Amino acid sequence: MGEILSGLFTNYYETVSMILFGIGFTTLLFHKNLLKKIMGLNIMDTAVCLLLAAHGYIEGRKAPIVVDGVTAVEAYINPVPSGLVLTGIVVSVSVTSVMLALTIRLYRRYHTLDIDEISKAVQKEGK
Amino acid sequence: MSRIREDYEKTAWRRLVHFINGDEKDMTEEAGYEVETEATTQRIHDEFFEEAEWNHRKEKADTMLSQYEEWPETKGVVYFRKLYNLIAGVICVAIIALLLITAAQLPSFGGTDNPASNEVAERYIEKGMEETGAVNIVAGMILDYRAFDTLGESHVLFLGVCCVMILLRLDGTESERVKKEAESNDRIYEPKNDAILQCVAKVLVPVIMLFGIYVVFNGHISPGGGFSGGSIIGAGLILYLNAYGFKKTGRFFTMKTFSVISVLALGFYAISKTYSFFTGANHLESFISAGTPGELLSAGLILPLNICVGMVVASTMYGLYALFRKGGI
Repeated sequence: MGEILSGLFTNYYETVSMILFGIGFTTLLFHKNLLKKIMGLNIMDTAVCLLLAAHGYIEGRKAPIVVDGVTAVEAYINPVPSGLVLTGIVVSVSVTSVMLALTIRLYRRYHTLDIDEISKAVQKEGK
Repeated sequence: MSRIREDYEKTAWRRLVHFINGDEKDMTEEAGYEVETEATTQRIHDEFFEEAEWNHRKEKADTMLSQYEEWPETKGVVYFRKLYNLIAGVICVAIIALLLITAAQLPSFGGTDNPASNEVAERYIEKGMEETGAVNIVAGMILDYRAFDTLGESHVLFLGVCCVMILLRLDGTESERVKKEAESNDRIYEPKNDAILQCVAKVLVPVIMLFGIYVVFNGHISPGGGFSGGSIIGAGLILYLNAYGFKKTGRFFTMKTFSVISVLALGFYAISKTYSFFTGANHLESFISAGTPGELLSAGLILPLNICVGMVVASTMYGLYALFRKGGI
């Protein structure tokens, strides 16, 4: 137990990102409102980006932009996670926009954002 | 041969049949009420109660059936909610605990022994500037070594706008009511001709646009690039739209502009990268050179590709905003 706690304090960026992920996941599962579910999903996206960015960091090194022609490995942090975070952000923006558009369509049709009300209305329509 | 009883007419069963058939005359004439034996009354009693019970049972069944039909809407939802909350809570706690235990056992933050810093990252840092000509190693990585990845990203953005367009665009086929509603909402919530906003926009929009263009053009020699610069330009366009309304932006940015920009940028990206991969894979002479690192016109294809990505991102940002606000670009 003590080992885990000290590990959590050493990896505080990762810990914060895991907690953020948990907050987003809880929001996604427990709220009935579609907009809040989308917010939860976005918080989860942020957590993943934070985790990736934290993993690329190496103590005492600089951002991977070559200064004065120094191309030694010891001078710069890992550039790969930065590129992956970029991909993640772009995908999250696109997915969020599509989800919001679908939510608007659902609201126009059923006049509610409550997912239970919507599924009830859908069942009634099916009968 | 069966024998017909002589006193058949007088038996209790016969009387009962008469009674049930309604031939009361017969009964009264022949025997009268007082003749009813104890057995008959018992039978009548039984039948009456059987019927009553039948009715009672039927009623019960009906109520049960209606309860069964209403169950999902009354009690079912409550039970489902309770069960759902229980399972969701268990899953959430389990996932957070699992993730935290994992986080505690990850390689320490900021350490050099992180397995993600392997030979791939080393190669990008050591040879990146020499091979791609980009001072910004991340730009060189995402637009040269991993250019197809970035092409996919741009397509994801483009597809996102296309999906939103399918879902939200209002044109002739949509009902007039929805269109009018969108327009009136637009008028109520975002008043046009706001003097303060217009004054601020007059000063800020050119600066924002210039800054965005600077970020796009310097993507390979400084922090920045197509995605961030494109977002800045898109933000400037949205500010202009908010201050001056759709009529002014419609003069230079319409649906046609959007499709031309997206298709041209994505097409140029795909074709130029195909060329560079083709020549690189077959060891052919390519007319694209890395140039002197650090100069504006260097790094081969990275600058044009940054411009392409920036155009796609800017038009996507503006397009998404316009689609969500009034259902059309």
